[in-house]
Amino acid sequence: MTMRSDRQAQGALATDWQSTSADPQAGSVLRPRLDDKSRSGWEIARLAVLQVFMTLLVITFLVPTFWMISSSLKVSTEVFAHPIVWLPQDPHWNNYVKAFQLLPLTRFIYNTLIIVLFAVVGTVVSSALVAYSFARISWPGRNFWFALLLATMMLPDVVTLVPRFLIFKNLKWIDTWLPLIVPYWAGIGAIYVFLMRQFFRGIPMELEDAAEIDGASRIRVLVQILLPLSKPVIATVAVFALLQHYNDFMNPLIYINSMDKWPLALGIRAYNDSYTQNWEVVFAASTVMLAPMVAIFLVAQRYFVQGIAMTGFGGR
Amino acid sequence: MAATAAVSGKRRVSKRQLRDWIAGYLFASPFIIGFSVFIAFPMFYSVYLIFVEWDLLRPPVFVGFANLAQMFKDPKVNLSLYNSAFYTIFAVPIQLTISFTLALALTQKIRFRDFYRAGFYMPIIVPLVASAVVWQRVLHPEFGILNEALGWFGIEPRMWLFEPRLTKPAFIFMSFWMIGRQMVIFIAGLGSIPESLKEAASLDGAGTFGRLRYVILPLMTPLIFYNMVIAIINSFQSFVPAMIMTEGGPQDATLFVVLNIYRNAFQYFNMGYASALAWELFVIVVGFTLFQFYLSRRWVYYEEGE
Repeated sequence: MTMRSDRQAQGALATDWQSTSADPQAGSVLRPRLDDKSRSGWEIARLAVLQVFMTLLVITFLVPTFWMISSSLKVSTEVFAHPIVWLPQDPHWNNYVKAFQLLPLTRFIYNTLIIVLFAVVGTVVSSALVAYSFARISWPGRNFWFALLLATMMLPDVVTLVPRFLIFKNLKWIDTWLPLIVPYWAGIGAIYVFLMRQFFRGIPMELEDAAEIDGASRIRVLVQILLPLSKPVIATVAVFALLQHYNDFMNPLIYINSMDKWPLALGIRAYNDSYTQNWEVVFAASTVMLAPMVAIFLVAQRYFVQGIAMTGFGGR
Repeated sequence: MAATAAVSGKRRVSKRQLRDWIAGYLFASPFIIGFSVFIAFPMFYSVYLIFVEWDLLRPPVFVGFANLAQMFKDPKVNLSLYNSAFYTIFAVPIQLTISFTLALALTQKIRFRDFYRAGFYMPIIVPLVASAVVWQRVLHPEFGILNEALGWFGIEPRMWLFEPRLTKPAFIFMSFWMIGRQMVIFIAGLGSIPESLKEAASLDGAGTFGRLRYVILPLMTPLIFYNMVIAIINSFQSFVPAMIMTEGGPQDATLFVVLNIYRNAFQYFNMGYASALAWELFVIVVGFTLFQFYLSRRWVYYEEGE
């Protein structure tokens, strides 16, 4: 049942916007005529109107983020000025210094780094193992477990929220990072396992067969043959898991009490709650949280897009 | 698979097959263990919790159906369901319309398409907490940019997040900002429609809207359905904006279901009652999803074969 829609999503896997835009047929979805006279005056006018409209709209979409970044460099009188000051007279970098001084922002960054690193590595490693089993080994019960895996995609997380908290409380894991890391080493991110499995299945078996005849163990086959061929899907899973854990707000909110263990998500909320009159500082801290995402987005754009196109799921 | 056929064909299990079985279970064991520990056991556990009262200080007390009975007449619960339903019913269809229209526009022959796509997608990479913090100020009655922009058109400033009547619409409006995900999926789908189909439709005399109506839309129904199912699941579970921007207010206008569950569990420490509420949400979301799958047979078009 979920399979169908996922197959659709998987079709989208092959796409990123650079390749679609290079695709000549992508541009002609609504072209009125397909002969060479299609670029008539009417057509040109239509596209010009569309161009203008899209430009205005995309500016509208970018304004909140732009406003946040520009306000993070304003002095307070500019933040609260009428009419709005779009660009600060001269950038007031001191807001960032203040942000780092008011709350342990460096600490939040460090915490986030550690949590996200371990959670993402766990996701990739465990998903690869489980996906390999589902894709390449035949064992009784495999279809049953795979169906269960797919079914968990429809499961609202909230239903396990309370019992999971109680389990971790019993384990004395409250106010540690373990609840934010350990579950993700267990291959329960169904979408990630599913993506890897689909990718593994698309890789021809010959190489592995040869390796097995040579007596290579399965783990060696996975690590030395399959994984090197699977870099795109590994990158996609990693980037997408990164987004999920970097964004995660509810789990840290529930499990982490001490401020010196907070990730950025909780830290930003603290700025928001504590410095209600200092918008420029709140904006500076938020911009600090945004910056790595922008950097990663620019570097790994296609994996971001693939991840979203493939799943649409995520920590929202 | 060939190996599976071999298993059913032969009664006796060869050594090699046995090795495969063991290897299969070993490699899948993270999931098997993880599913049992972090999903199956918690689900059973929370069924038990529905029937107890437990504040974590004293031991749990069995209360039978008291939690469920209370749940159905608790005005806050009903209000939170109403709020989430209101948000979902208005946000999702408009989100889908916007993202689909954008995808159509961005597959036209216009310049700077990559820039537009990146621009519309950009809000998705803003961490959710940061975007809630920004939007709280975008919607600020005095210094926010929304009222400022509306002022250019002579529209009076509004108290977006302070007036119960306006808060949910403001949240819905904010959700339109984050449609990049859906747009990317639609763009991917539009790019894979075979040119030959569109040409054939044109030869049959279909105009721009004819092609949209009879070729593009039917071929896109699986993706529309996929986006819709996920948007509804996500909307029903929306938590961060209400938690950060309004804390459920004003006058509980943004008390959404998950926020209410969170409060009952982690602020009032009613573990049993919160579990009952979580199961109510579970039944609604899964039931609604299954219902959509049922309805989808009437309107979603799947190509034959694959």
